[in-house]
Amino acid sequence: MSDHSIKQMTPAESGLSILFAILAFLSLVGAALGKDQAYIFHAYLACAASVAAVFAIGNRYFARPAKLPVQEIDGRPNYNFGPVKFATVAAVFWGIAGFTVGLVIALQLAYPVLNLDLPWTTFGRLRPLHTSAVIFAFGGNVLIATSFYVVQRTCRARLAGDLAPWFVVLGYNFFIVIAGTGYLLGVTQSKEYAEPEWYADLWLTIVWVMYLLVFLGTILKRKEPHIFVANWFYLAFIVTIAVLHLGNNPALPVSILGSKSYVAWGGVQDAMFQWWYGHNAVGFFLTAGFLAIMYYFIPKRAERPIYSYRLSIIHFWALIFLYIWAGPHHLHYTALPDWTQTLGMTFSIMLWMPSWGGMINGLMTLSGAWDKLRTDPVLRMMVVSVAFYGMSTFEGPMMSIKVVNSLSHYTDWTIGHVHSGALGWVGFVSFGAIYCLVPWLWNRKQLYSLRLVNWHFWIATIGIVLYISAMWVSGILQGLMWRAYTSLGFLEYSFIETVEAMHPFYIIRAAGGSLFLVGALIMAYNLWMTIRVGEVEETLPRAALQPAE
Amino acid sequence: MSFWKRHQIVEKNSILLIIGILLVIAVGGFVEITPLFYLKSTIEKVDGMRPYTPLELAGRNIYVREGCYLCHSQMIRPLRDEIERYGHYSLAAESMFDHPFQWGSKRTGPDLARVGGKYSDEWHVTHLVNPRAIVPQSVMPGYPFLAETDLEVTGVVEHLSTSRVVGVPYSDEQIANAAADLKAQADPDSDGADALQKRYPKAVVRNFDGKAQRLTEMDALVAYLQMLGTLVDFKLYNEKANLR
Repeated sequence: MSDHSIKQMTPAESGLSILFAILAFLSLVGAALGKDQAYIFHAYLACAASVAAVFAIGNRYFARPAKLPVQEIDGRPNYNFGPVKFATVAAVFWGIAGFTVGLVIALQLAYPVLNLDLPWTTFGRLRPLHTSAVIFAFGGNVLIATSFYVVQRTCRARLAGDLAPWFVVLGYNFFIVIAGTGYLLGVTQSKEYAEPEWYADLWLTIVWVMYLLVFLGTILKRKEPHIFVANWFYLAFIVTIAVLHLGNNPALPVSILGSKSYVAWGGVQDAMFQWWYGHNAVGFFLTAGFLAIMYYFIPKRAERPIYSYRLSIIHFWALIFLYIWAGPHHLHYTALPDWTQTLGMTFSIMLWMPSWGGMINGLMTLSGAWDKLRTDPVLRMMVVSVAFYGMSTFEGPMMSIKVVNSLSHYTDWTIGHVHSGALGWVGFVSFGAIYCLVPWLWNRKQLYSLRLVNWHFWIATIGIVLYISAMWVSGILQGLMWRAYTSLGFLEYSFIETVEAMHPFYIIRAAGGSLFLVGALIMAYNLWMTIRVGEVEETLPRAALQPAE
Repeated sequence: MSFWKRHQIVEKNSILLIIGILLVIAVGGFVEITPLFYLKSTIEKVDGMRPYTPLELAGRNIYVREGCYLCHSQMIRPLRDEIERYGHYSLAAESMFDHPFQWGSKRTGPDLARVGGKYSDEWHVTHLVNPRAIVPQSVMPGYPFLAETDLEVTGVVEHLSTSRVVGVPYSDEQIANAAADLKAQADPDSDGADALQKRYPKAVVRNFDGKAQRLTEMDALVAYLQMLGTLVDFKLYNEKANLR
């Protein structure tokens, strides 16, 4: 194409503009005819977002040169980092929002007056806001940012699509806004970690398919013969989450103009679908996706190849095969048939092996570079995250054993277990990746301050330890009190006595959570200063990571 | 060719990799979920189970909306202390009409699977408005707004007919009379009360929130709580029926 080519809208630009214009009109109709306040509010939001999208596409068209960005400049890939930057910033923002809501609900359990007795501030509505904000908003944006970064680097190819990556990033964050505001307004399916109602689910399905297409399209364009290990994990995460989302969420809306729907599955079947989904949201969203981060960022930061390529092959297939079976351990001793529970338990225990295989692969990557743990707090954060991963993936199989579960289920022990994984593993590996990404994306020589990273690391670590040990004690204490008998054969404690006994631990937990939040605020400041005043790096070509053989 | 060499085929072909992933993740779910749709123990019908009355269903939707399931389970495990504390262990059949299920995963508060009839309506209303008025150590939020909010009465028929599509066996008669039944259940003096109880055996007809002139969300929620776990008569239930 010559430089004199006439500027034209691409099919994507014109097509998406028309689609968003139609969507804006339909949302307006929805807002006018909607049957409940939440639906009307969401319809207005969708209308505003669609109009904004049309304007954004138009603006971009008028601002851009006739030629679209090229795939390569001087033989080097012309990476598309705009969407990655957006998702990185969004991750930090949602992370802090999610941690804050977590702190609020932790305090509500210690001091119930903080529920304020208003509909939208009670624990029941804020708790899904917390879980979704940290898992899907924070974690999801970290995964989108890192996957779009890693796939470009390891394939040496520009991200597939022109508008598509932006559609994924902005569309996903719009889903988060719809889901989060919905919870506050009482819009929920009540399926844990899959609370958003039917229209949010539909929108997410579209965004997710586009995510897969962009990711896959980039892999198909790759200049490297091999698909790098991290990309297998990202691919498994994207594909499986799609399957789980579709399996768990089929529902029939009462009216197409209202938010309420009835889930297709009922009773036992719904419970099994839910925890097949729920446990694998952990397995594929919070594990496979973040293992991909481990497989790229730890070798990169340590400047060492992955410890064992063969171990990563075994790790990958064993992990994704075994994880899917583990769901029933959330339903021990329920009305789910015994054989299903036992099967779930058996596979959960087997899952310990690939989990630790992966942990070993991550940790041993440091061999020959252990000294870096002293000097590089970012690497230390990621290594400690892998250690937390190892701890939670030992604790999980243990809690899945039926006799252990009879004590731990329904108690705070579960909450403690989740948070050792969420704060220690997912949180720390994400912080590590973000600390790596920001200087790379904004072309800075290094972070503004490694001392602040060090502070973040220690404050957050102390926070996690306070959090999880408080929950261990309160969970086991509560489980034991529930089943305690007097010498005469009566139940020793009334239920409310066990609630009362939790109070000191809820305070300690809130203290731990607030330390974790303080750490994240320090990170946000550090990143902000890195972007604002950091020294610009001369752009030298960075070699793509080679698979170790 | 060694395994490692052969594995390079999928390392170099993203489509094969995706197919491999899909095959590997399909097994577990397939084995664990499909039998639940035909095994006797998961689809058995137990005497006494019936779909929710329109008012109970409305109450259940409020229970879902407020996220009660986040702190209260509805699943009593067959363990000695739970049976003594809460009653007979929960049967699969007892949640067969639940779309979605409400078994829960955490007991910050006690299990509610059999809370029906345990306390008076007045206890529930007072407790929901301000839990600490009755249980000083409670950490439950107060829900005073439920008593002040009129229950949404439009669309009742659609709620029942939608439930029927997803598998709840509402009869034509139940759907046709949904709007009347919704009001009748909270109004003991109305003509519709008898008809309601014929359509829904064991349905409790009371003015749940104590306010005769208004049908509030409190009425609906208390009606739901008061029926939880009351439908199956365990004196007649044969525990051995499903043993093989």
